[in-house]
Amino acid sequence: MTFEKFVFYIFAAILVFAASMVITRRNPVHSALFLVLAFFSSAGIWLLAEAEFLAIVLILVYVGAVMVLFLFVVMMLDIDLATLRAGFIKYMPVGALVALVMAIEMFMVVGPANFGLDKMPAPAAQGPGYNNTEELGNVLYTVYMYPFEIAAVILLVGIIAAIGLTMRKRPETKYQDPSQQVKVKKADRLRVVKMDAED
Amino acid sequence: MIALSDYLILGAILFSLSVTGIFLNRKNVIILLMCVELMLLAVNMNFIAFSHFHGDTAGQVFVFFILTVAAAEAAIGLAILVVLFRNTRTINVEDLDTLKG
Repeated sequence: MTFEKFVFYIFAAILVFAASMVITRRNPVHSALFLVLAFFSSAGIWLLAEAEFLAIVLILVYVGAVMVLFLFVVMMLDIDLATLRAGFIKYMPVGALVALVMAIEMFMVVGPANFGLDKMPAPAAQGPGYNNTEELGNVLYTVYMYPFEIAAVILLVGIIAAIGLTMRKRPETKYQDPSQQVKVKKADRLRVVKMDAED
Repeated sequence: MIALSDYLILGAILFSLSVTGIFLNRKNVIILLMCVELMLLAVNMNFIAFSHFHGDTAGQVFVFFILTVAAAEAAIGLAILVVLFRNTRTINVEDLDTLKG
């Protein structure tokens, strides 16, 4: 077994362990933290597959932004865990059965019989001058220009939808209205009182 | 050397685990969202493996777009979840039956 394969199995074992912890933990905070572990170990596997840019993006975007958002929401919501866990044992057998059947079916399709090293030889490792980010950028800004812009628009829609959904005006809170502040005239605020000088 | 089937089997195991998670935690919307993220991770693993073995960057570009869409999906999903919790004080899927579906 080569060192590469050894590292792959280590990362794969951590990944499968973390994924099974995500679905079985009682506390959603623990699930989110194990999901972070799963993302980290799959980033390691992606590095082995020479997808360096996406491995870094997975850690920066997923662990740094999406999972922090998840943790934030989990901790903000005051959830009653007992009722949510009811039926966990009841659905265990059918869930495990479906997963087992699916895994066996997929194993028969994608197993070593069809995609082993003899059917699909491993590509030669890239030289030291290879730059994965440059390679991706070269196609992303030329061939995939329009999909790239659509992705940007999707992110914009995501921002607007998330803010639009969660923003609300509380009646008891006092707000400033800048347009009213700008429109105000001197006559609205200042009153000149004429009175006799006192002795 | 790592074979393509190793990556694909890892993706299949990951996908099956997240399907189990959807069965087990069918009342907790947050864990359901996390299981969907795990599924996307399994799919991305397959894309990257094929991209590596075919020597084609198209697979990695597609993973890039999947990550973008998944980030937007997580943001909107969690926003809906927060609004839902604010209005109903619960995230139990079985209590969300106002549409009488």
